[in-house]
Amino acid sequence: MIKSSVGRKMVMAVTGAGMIFFILVHLLGNLTLYSGPAAINAYAYALHRFGPLIWSFRLVMFCMFMLHLFFGIQLTLENRAARPQSYAVRNERATTFAGKSMVWSGLLIGAFLLFHLLQFTLQVINPGIAAASHPDPIGRPDVFTMVVLSFQRLSYALLYIVSLTALALHLYHSIQSSFQTLGLNGERTFPVVTVTGRVAAIMIFLGYAAFPIVIYMGFLR
Amino acid sequence: MDLTLYVWRQSGPGAKGRLEEIEARGITADMSFLEMLDVVNEGLIKTGREPIAFDHDCREGICGMCSQVINGVPHGPQEKTTVCQLHMRRFKDGDRIYIEPWRARAFPVIKDLIVDRSALDRIVQAGGYVSVHTGGVPDANAVLVPKADADTAMDAAECIGCGACVAACPNGSAMLFTAAKVAHLAALPQGRAEAARRVCMMTEAMLKEGFGSCSNHYECQAACPKGIKVKFIAKLNREFIKAQFSKKSE
Repeated sequence: MIKSSVGRKMVMAVTGAGMIFFILVHLLGNLTLYSGPAAINAYAYALHRFGPLIWSFRLVMFCMFMLHLFFGIQLTLENRAARPQSYAVRNERATTFAGKSMVWSGLLIGAFLLFHLLQFTLQVINPGIAAASHPDPIGRPDVFTMVVLSFQRLSYALLYIVSLTALALHLYHSIQSSFQTLGLNGERTFPVVTVTGRVAAIMIFLGYAAFPIVIYMGFLR
Repeated sequence: MDLTLYVWRQSGPGAKGRLEEIEARGITADMSFLEMLDVVNEGLIKTGREPIAFDHDCREGICGMCSQVINGVPHGPQEKTTVCQLHMRRFKDGDRIYIEPWRARAFPVIKDLIVDRSALDRIVQAGGYVSVHTGGVPDANAVLVPKADADTAMDAAECIGCGACVAACPNGSAMLFTAAKVAHLAALPQGRAEAARRVCMMTEAMLKEGFGSCSNHYECQAACPKGIKVKFIAKLNREFIKAQFSKKSE
């Protein structure tokens, strides 16, 4: 199946859908931030008590990410090679900026993910506020303080908003694209899937971008 | 009207091409785009210059030979129209018109605006057919086909194989073409027997010919002179998934 380009795209659609599902769950979890230190610290503490389960989950996420990345780059290179001589004049009538920049938004998301993991999972970017070594009053890692102190810095807040824009662009095209690739589209559902996918991409962006904005503006401290 | 054309000139396969500026004078609004090129070519021949080589056959919009990208749009600015059915009333005096051949690795330029589209034939040869017994003509309606299925098959069968989908696709993919053939035959009972094998063989042939993969930009649908819909690509994808679970795909 993965010999075929159609099959490889289906792998991309399925792994992409899996990662979108994670993004949604992650957003829901992050909402505990609004309830203050007690809520998010308890949430983070509870998650980590799953132990081996969390590591198998991370392994699955890693495999999905790597498959998506590998096939994405491979297919892009094949597609570029399919048109060695470009047009002098090109007048596009259907595609979007988001659709044409998929590989670049994808690579940006990948780079951001690496930074994000170093910052909030491995906590090596700012060891001075690392939650793992700075427990809250009842001994749980103080995730709240780590996140709030990070986003009080303009550079981090901006970095997150730029990276989230890349994510929004990627999803703007890819949600409808994955439906089409998996053959889940028909003539009647086509406009619904396209619009819903775009709205979802924008909602996810707003949901996530709210954290650095709210914290930088000083509403959460 | 007088126009300035920027035409892709390339002496042969593999040769280095370039856009050449050519004046088109005394063009009337009633000429088709190809007739305009005929008039330009007569002028070029009279002045001892090489005429523009371009493909054409039926000149009534059904053969799919006239493969020209006009001002960046395959088959030009009029929707669902081949170049031969595009008329000069769509342009105005003083316009600058860029004319380029289909650009794809799988469609090598033969000369100027003529490309070799036989890669599409080889995709069809890989499975775009229904095997039948020779002999007596079967009775009409011996195989019952529901009206809705017949309509779907006819919509997909409208494809004339011109290659505009490939020319328009940012990835140079022949997915709309291949999907139209797959969906056409998959909609009919006569086509079901070989459906699993067909979709596997045809998509494999598409890749082997050097076409790119569909990443759902839908430029093909906008460029198709016959209005083939991208819903057929979703249909091809469903057929591909089904084929993975079929023993008949070999």
